[in-house]
Amino acid sequence: MKARIVITLKNGVLDPQGKAVQNAVGALGIEGVQSVRQGKFIEVDLAAGSEAAARATVERMCRELLANTVIENYVYEIES
Amino acid sequence: MKASVVIFPGTNRERDVADVLEAVSGRRPQMVWHGDSEVPDSDLIVLPGGFSYGDYLRCGAMAAHSPIMRDVIAKAEAGTPVLGICNGFQILCEAGLLPGVLMHNSSLKFICKDVWLRVEQPDTIFTSRFAKGELMRAIAAHAEGNYFADPETLNRLEGEGRVVFRYADRHGNVTPEANPNGAQRSIAGICDARRRVLGLMPHPENTSDPLLGPTEGRKLFESIVESLVA
Repeated sequence: MKARIVITLKNGVLDPQGKAVQNAVGALGIEGVQSVRQGKFIEVDLAAGSEAAARATVERMCRELLANTVIENYVYEIES
Repeated sequence: MKASVVIFPGTNRERDVADVLEAVSGRRPQMVWHGDSEVPDSDLIVLPGGFSYGDYLRCGAMAAHSPIMRDVIAKAEAGTPVLGICNGFQILCEAGLLPGVLMHNSSLKFICKDVWLRVEQPDTIFTSRFAKGELMRAIAAHAEGNYFADPETLNRLEGEGRVVFRYADRHGNVTPEANPNGAQRSIAGICDARRRVLGLMPHPENTSDPLLGPTEGRKLFESIVESLVA
């Protein structure tokens, strides 16, 4: 099974990298970009017997290492 | 004073801090490898600066889960003082020994310069030789020193007197201009509830030897020796 995990900064947490990207997009003359938030995408191959087991593994990985829940949220999808 | 300095892959300030500790205490600290499972019996554990694990994932995140940290956390909880400088501060936050997190500098630039820190809390084993409001010069050398915590946590830290150092100007004024990295409330260093775990972003070990210039940081290490040996 494959897990695709997306980690983003929580609302209200300043994202200077996103801001810099937004400014660079503006400098290219691309208009209408109102905000940019930068995050992480992590793909994991899992040897799990069931989707529930895969979810439990990914949940623990996210909570204990991949995301810092003081500033970040995470979402994921499991593909069998 | 028996001190232990923990080395992770990518740590690079271990000798700087070991040299100062030896100069003030007369005893060379023992170096402890991240893969070890136990810190030798110590009066003080230091997590030095550097770029542990190449700052992969988040600064300090990998180091916080390395084998030695289980024992560092256990010893800290049992009361052994722990000093985390720069990357060491980041590791202490990621390990949950201190609240909050150190984010990218608001400027997105790596900062390498002298900064002035105002001592907000002299009643710790790390700052006992300072007066409240006294200034300590230290060297900021980081890309992720922007201290962040939610407002409730910040209020709790302030209320419990756990903000130990703030960035200030040469005259001790805490101003936005004197804040090099965007840290909330200009926080440069905080301690745990028992005031025995200190995380500090700039390097006092690099302002401790007259050969290198300023020496204000030495007082922090003298405070530790005086507090722990007395």
